[in-house]
Amino acid sequence: MSFNLNEFLKSLVSLTVSDYLRQLWGDQLWVGLVLDILGVVIISTFCLLIVIFLIWLERKVIARIQQRIGPNRVGGRYGLLQTVADVIKLLIKEDITPMGADRVAYWLAPFLIVMAALIVWAIMPFAPGVIGVDLNIGVFFFLAISSVSVVSLLLAGWGSNNKYALLGAFRSVAQLVSYEVPMILALLVPILLARSMSTVSIVAAQTVPFLLVVPLAALIFFISSLAETGRTPFDLLEAESEIVAGFHVEYGGMKFGMFFLAEFVNTLFMSGFFATVFLGGYRFFGLENLVIGDGWAVGNLIGLVVFFVKMFAVYFVYIWIRGTLPRVRVDQILNYNWKFLVPVSLVLVMVTAVLDKFIPESFSAYARAGAHLTANVLIALVTIEILRAYARRQRRLTGGDSGLAVTAAEDHAHQETAVHHEPAAAH
Amino acid sequence: MVEQIVFLIISAFTLTMAVIVVTKRNLFHAALALMASFLGVAGLYVTLDAGFLAAAQLLVYIGAISILVIFAIMMTRRLMQTSEPAFNTQAGFALLTAVIGFGVVFWVFYVFRNIWPLVPDTAVPLASKPVVPQEVLQNSVALMGRAFVNPAGYVLPFEIASVLLLAALVGAIIVAWPKAEDKA
Amino acid sequence: MSQDWQFVALFLILSPIFPAAPVILNHLLGPKKPNPIKQQTYECGIETVGSSWVQFKVQYYVYALVFVIFDVEAVFLFPIAAAYGQLTLFGVFAAALFIFLLADGLAYAWGRGALEWI
Repeated sequence: MSFNLNEFLKSLVSLTVSDYLRQLWGDQLWVGLVLDILGVVIISTFCLLIVIFLIWLERKVIARIQQRIGPNRVGGRYGLLQTVADVIKLLIKEDITPMGADRVAYWLAPFLIVMAALIVWAIMPFAPGVIGVDLNIGVFFFLAISSVSVVSLLLAGWGSNNKYALLGAFRSVAQLVSYEVPMILALLVPILLARSMSTVSIVAAQTVPFLLVVPLAALIFFISSLAETGRTPFDLLEAESEIVAGFHVEYGGMKFGMFFLAEFVNTLFMSGFFATVFLGGYRFFGLENLVIGDGWAVGNLIGLVVFFVKMFAVYFVYIWIRGTLPRVRVDQILNYNWKFLVPVSLVLVMVTAVLDKFIPESFSAYARAGAHLTANVLIALVTIEILRAYARRQRRLTGGDSGLAVTAAEDHAHQETAVHHEPAAAH
Repeated sequence: MVEQIVFLIISAFTLTMAVIVVTKRNLFHAALALMASFLGVAGLYVTLDAGFLAAAQLLVYIGAISILVIFAIMMTRRLMQTSEPAFNTQAGFALLTAVIGFGVVFWVFYVFRNIWPLVPDTAVPLASKPVVPQEVLQNSVALMGRAFVNPAGYVLPFEIASVLLLAALVGAIIVAWPKAEDKA
Repeated sequence: MSQDWQFVALFLILSPIFPAAPVILNHLLGPKKPNPIKQQTYECGIETVGSSWVQFKVQYYVYALVFVIFDVEAVFLFPIAAAYGQLTLFGVFAAALFIFLLADGLAYAWGRGALEWI
C-alpha cells in the first residue's frame, strides 16, 4: 500500500493515524513497537504539560472564589506564564538530601508516584478509537496501579528521616487505603451495569449516562476520589498547620515538584475517569459517530472535544470544593469512610445486583435507568433517615442543642457516652 | 522466542529480588525488594496471558500486603533501626521446610497433570505452555466470574473463601486490637 | 503475551524517563553548596529530638488489615460483575451472600470498637 495524502488527512481528522500507519507499513513487530512508544510519549507529554495549565487554572479559580485576582503579573494580564516561572524556579533550586535519610527510599518515591500517575492514563478513552490500550480489565487495572502509588508515600515518609514526614505518611496511607474500599465498591456498580470492565465498553453501554442511573455510586466514587487524590476537605496528607506538608516536607526542588505534579495529574485523571464511567465519556447524542462526505469521520474529533469539556467540568467541581470546604479531622475522615461510605456502598452494590436481575430483558434502557434511579433515591432516603435518627439520639444523650457547631471536646464527649450506652442497649 | 527472552528476564529479576529479601539486613529495604519481587511475579502472569491475575497481584500484594508488612516493621520498635542478622538459629529448619514445600507443590503438579489437566481433554507436559483458544483468553475474566457463582462450578469454595476472609478479619482484630481493660 | 500488554510494558519501561528528566535537569542547574545545618531535618524551629523513626499506634495497622480483607474481596467480585450478564439469579444471590459475609466482618470490627480512632 502506498502513501495517499487524502487517506492520510482523513485518518488525521478521525484521529486514527496509528491505524493508517499500521496499514501503510504492514503488520511487523517494529511498527507496533514504534507506534506504541509514540503513544506512550504523547500521553505522558500531554499529562506533564497540561499540569502547567492546571496549576494556573486552579490558582485563578480559587482566587476568584475568595474574591482575589490571583496571578496577574508574569505573562500578561492573566498571569499565564506564572506557572512556567514557578517551574523554572523549581529547576534552579539546590538538590538537597537531608542528613540520615534512607537514600534508596528517598530517591525512589518521587519517581514511583509519577510513574503510577502516568501509567493509569493508558486506559483512558479520549475519543472513539483513541485510547492507549483497551484492556479487558481496564477499571481493575486503574485500581491496581493507583494502589501502588500508596507505597511511594510510605517510601517518602520513611526515607526523609523526619517525624512529621513519617507521621504524614502514616496518616496518608491510612486515609488512602481506607477510601480505596468505597471506591472499589462504587466502581463495581457501573461495571455490573455495563457487564464489562473495559473502559470503552463502559462508555458504549451508557445510553443513559450512569450518573443518572446510579447517582449514589457516582457520589460515593466522587467523594472517595477526593480523598484518594488528597484534596480538600480530605487534604490531611499535607495539612500545613499540623504536620507541615506531611510526607514530602523534606523534599525540595524538582523532587518536590514531582509530588506536586503527580497530585495534579491524578486529579485530572480522576476527573477524566469520572467523565468516562459516569458521564458517558466521549458520547454526545451520537455526534461522536458523525461522518461527513466520503469518510471524513469528524465525529472522533467532536468526541475528543466532548470528552475534554466533560473532564474539565468535573475538574472544576474539584477546584470549587477546594475553594469552599474546610479541612476535617483525621478521626472524622476515617469514621466517615468506615461507618458511612463503606456500609452504604455495600448495600448499594447488593441492591443494584439483585434489582438488575429482576428487571426483564425486554425493558428499554430508559425504563431500566428509571428503576435503578428509584432504588438509588430510596437508599439515599433511608440513609438520611437513619442518620437523622442517630443525630437525634446523640442530641438526647448529650442534651445539646443543634449539634451543628460541635466543638472537639463535645464531640469527644459524644463518643464517650456512645461507648458507655451502647452495651447497655444491647443487653 | 521474544516471549521466552521476556520470561527469562522477568524470572531473573524476580529471583534476584527474592534473594535480596532474605539477605538484606535492613528490614525496610528487604520489604522494598519483596515488593519488586511481587512485581516480577505480576510480570510472569502477564507473559502467561493472565492479565487479571497480574492486576490482582499488584492490587493485593503490592497495594495491600506490602503496606501491611511495612506497617508491621514500623510498629515493632526494636526492629526499626538495628540491622538484624540475616541468618538466625532456625535457618536449617527453614531450608528444610522450604524444600518440603517446593516438593509438595511439584509433586501435586507432576502427579495430577493427567488427572487435572490445565486444558480439558489434553495431557500437557509440564515444560510447555498450553495452547488456549483465543476466545477463552479474551473472555477469561468473565468465564472466571461465572464459574465462581455457578452451582456446577466453584460456588461452594467461593462462599467458603468468604467465610475464610471473615475469620481472618475477626482473628486479626482479636490479635491486634488491645483488650478493653488494657485500654483503660 | 498479548498485544495489549505490550503497550503497558512499554509504558512501564519508558515512564521513569518523564520524572527523571526534570529531576536530572534540576540536579545539573541547581547550586551545590551543602552544609550541615542546611541538611538537618526540619522540626518546627528547634533541633531534632530523638530518633525520627518513632513507634506508631496499632490503629493504623487495624485499618490496613480491614483494607486487605476488602481488597481480596474486590478481586473476587470484579470478575463476577464483569460476567453479570451471563449470571443466573442463583449466581447473583451467591455473590450477594459473599458481600453480606464481608459486611458481617465490618460490623464485627465496628462493634468491637476497632474502627474508633483513639
